Amino acid sequence: MARGDNLLKVEHLTMRFGGLVAVDNLSWQAREGDITALIGPNGAGKTTVFNCITGFYKPTEGRIALRHGDAAVWDELESLTERGKRHITTAGGSLFQLERMPDFLVTQQARVARTFQNIRLFAGMTLLENLLVAQHNSLMLASGYTLLGVLGFPSYRAAERAAVDVAREWLDRVGLLDRADDPAGDLPYGAQRRLEIARAMCTDPVLLCLDEPAAGLNPRESAELNELLLSIRDKYGLSILLIEHDMSVVMEISDHVIVLDYGVKISDGTPEEIRNDPKVIAAYLGVADEEVEKVEAEVGL
Amino acid sequence: MDKPASSTGVDFVHAAKEACVTAAITFAVLLPLIGFETVSNIDNKLVLHMRWGLLFSIVAIVGVGRLLMALVIAPWLAQRRMRPVAPATSSWLSAVGRWFGPFAVGFAIVYPILVLSTSGFSGALKWVDNFGIQILIYVMLGWGLNIVVGLAGLLDLGYVAFYAVGAYSYALLAKEFGFSFWILLPLAGILSSFWGILLGFPVLRLRGDYLAIVTLAFGEIIRLVLVNFVDLTNGYAGISSIPRPSFFGIPFNADDNGFAAVFGLPFTPVYRTIFLYYLILALCFLTAFVTVRLRRLPVGRAWEALREDEIACRSLGINTTNTKLTAFSIGAMFGGFAGSFFAARQGFISPESFTFLESATVLSIVVLGGMGSQIGVAVAAIFFIGGTEIMRDLDFLKQIFGSSFDPTQYRMLLFGFGMVIIMVFRPRGLVSTRSPSIFLKERKTISSDLVNEGHG
Repeated sequence: MARGDNLLKVEHLTMRFGGLVAVDNLSWQAREGDITALIGPNGAGKTTVFNCITGFYKPTEGRIALRHGDAAVWDELESLTERGKRHITTAGGSLFQLERMPDFLVTQQARVARTFQNIRLFAGMTLLENLLVAQHNSLMLASGYTLLGVLGFPSYRAAERAAVDVAREWLDRVGLLDRADDPAGDLPYGAQRRLEIARAMCTDPVLLCLDEPAAGLNPRESAELNELLLSIRDKYGLSILLIEHDMSVVMEISDHVIVLDYGVKISDGTPEEIRNDPKVIAAYLGVADEEVEKVEAEVGL
Repeated sequence: MDKPASSTGVDFVHAAKEACVTAAITFAVLLPLIGFETVSNIDNKLVLHMRWGLLFSIVAIVGVGRLLMALVIAPWLAQRRMRPVAPATSSWLSAVGRWFGPFAVGFAIVYPILVLSTSGFSGALKWVDNFGIQILIYVMLGWGLNIVVGLAGLLDLGYVAFYAVGAYSYALLAKEFGFSFWILLPLAGILSSFWGILLGFPVLRLRGDYLAIVTLAFGEIIRLVLVNFVDLTNGYAGISSIPRPSFFGIPFNADDNGFAAVFGLPFTPVYRTIFLYYLILALCFLTAFVTVRLRRLPVGRAWEALREDEIACRSLGINTTNTKLTAFSIGAMFGGFAGSFFAARQGFISPESFTFLESATVLSIVVLGGMGSQIGVAVAAIFFIGGTEIMRDLDFLKQIFGSSFDPTQYRMLLFGFGMVIIMVFRPRGLVSTRSPSIFLKERKTISSDLVNEGHG
């Protein structure tokens, strides 16, 4: 997989809740191996976009396409859309139309994993169990859809050992290995955030979607998070999609930033470009009364 | 109590005032309820009769009770609360926990022999049948429902429907086609789990209370069908002379080819009872074994994850509908096994055995035992069902309360009381901790504070 080709294409995405237009005709692309950040003031529609990508919402209009494998597979996109199917597989790779898939299939087949703004761990289960639940689908297959597992076939035991090794590796990476047998609800907040990321990684994704991973973290924890995300990107060549309010996280680690305001994309580029974009500054900070017209003319309103 | 009792000792004036107020309220409430009595006199006229003695004695009991509450019990409770909380797992308790399971299994296996040797053939019939088999049926039902309610967190108020499906499947198929018990046992389980799936498909998108209401309705629908589909089920009259299970082809009767004759033993009905006891015991072990296995399989972990957080499950690629359906159908299957055993043991079934009260009893056993805990559910079943049976035998109470006193009439009252006690002192059931299904270094029990109860 060559880095830099488009991995995810969001085209003309619109999401209406009754009369409220949360996302309006939004189009953008995320490149493979990039950390793409989605930022914007409160209520800009970032989480709505996220929920559309991960299948939790069905968009009112628009197309969300994700590629596995060779970039040449993008040529099949129009025929996939016309045929009305969820995905298409060619020799070089496959293409998924995420807006047509129910939420669990987005993770299971299109391999998009996500975390939540308000952490959703299985509080009464141990860290290890949390990470094993994330490997449900591969283990389910190994247990012969439960039948072979109940009868105690050795193939399942081997698969479970392998899954425990994966879990152990991720616990080690997020620095929680010594707490593997504690319930997840006992962890401090920052550790819960890291565990949620580790759990998402255990689903073996190609795209990791993080909803405000740095919310509620102190500066040291947030620096650790940056390191973790960069290591995930570099070691696994994984693409990350990120919603974040913490600008230190966004500007430091992201390769590509998209700015939303009132459900519309107002800027798209490298962190450097975003930092100097007057539209972004206006959206975030507002402008003085006497400058409104000038800025409006500049932004094209 | 607006004043902390520990600071000034005990506030007598306040307590007396409270007792008076309570007594006055009791008087006002009970005056029309207990104080007035209408009696028809010799001219067949209703005459008002005052029962002052009874009224005042009840008022006095309530008043004194309130006084004691304020003076003795409340300070004691307050003091108890001040004390540091004892460590959750003391060493002897964990030792009991470790040895209780094997001990209980061993006891269950030797139980009929013990009873036979202590109370002879005639006594054994009662102790094995009324206590052993009856309790084990409910242990099995409790463990079956435990999968649905305790593990997957789906509140099912109509579990008895699957029990009924199992019982009627056995009764009808055995009578009409003459299939043997060993063919019909798995078949009844399959039919019940099929009904579980049938109910599950439309229902499992509901959550919490709504799911509970629909399952309640499903239980009633099944019962009403059994009542009204007279051509098939014979309605209220029920199905009688259901074929009894045989000992691998050898019937339990007094014939020359009967069990007793074949093994050269004198004929007594106890052999059949003991055989049935070991049969239901084996079914219970099967249920326990499968449940323990399932908990360590991905599907069992998915059930528990579903109870903890359904949305997180979906974000991890778990098909939550299928996962719920498996929980529902496997729980229903064990209900069906228990049902077919019930029909085979009774020889007679009617819709009256499958009322909502049965569902409520099984659910109470699961809740009181501690949702998700095998041992807790078994202990609760022994208390609940064994308690009912013991109350039938408390004949000495008749000498105290008069010959018209029937202790079994009070069993619901006593259960209600017991339930309140357990819910006050152990709100999450007898065994409230969760034991992890897998561990790296050390298996630590998880406190119930962290475990979600699951509401659909």
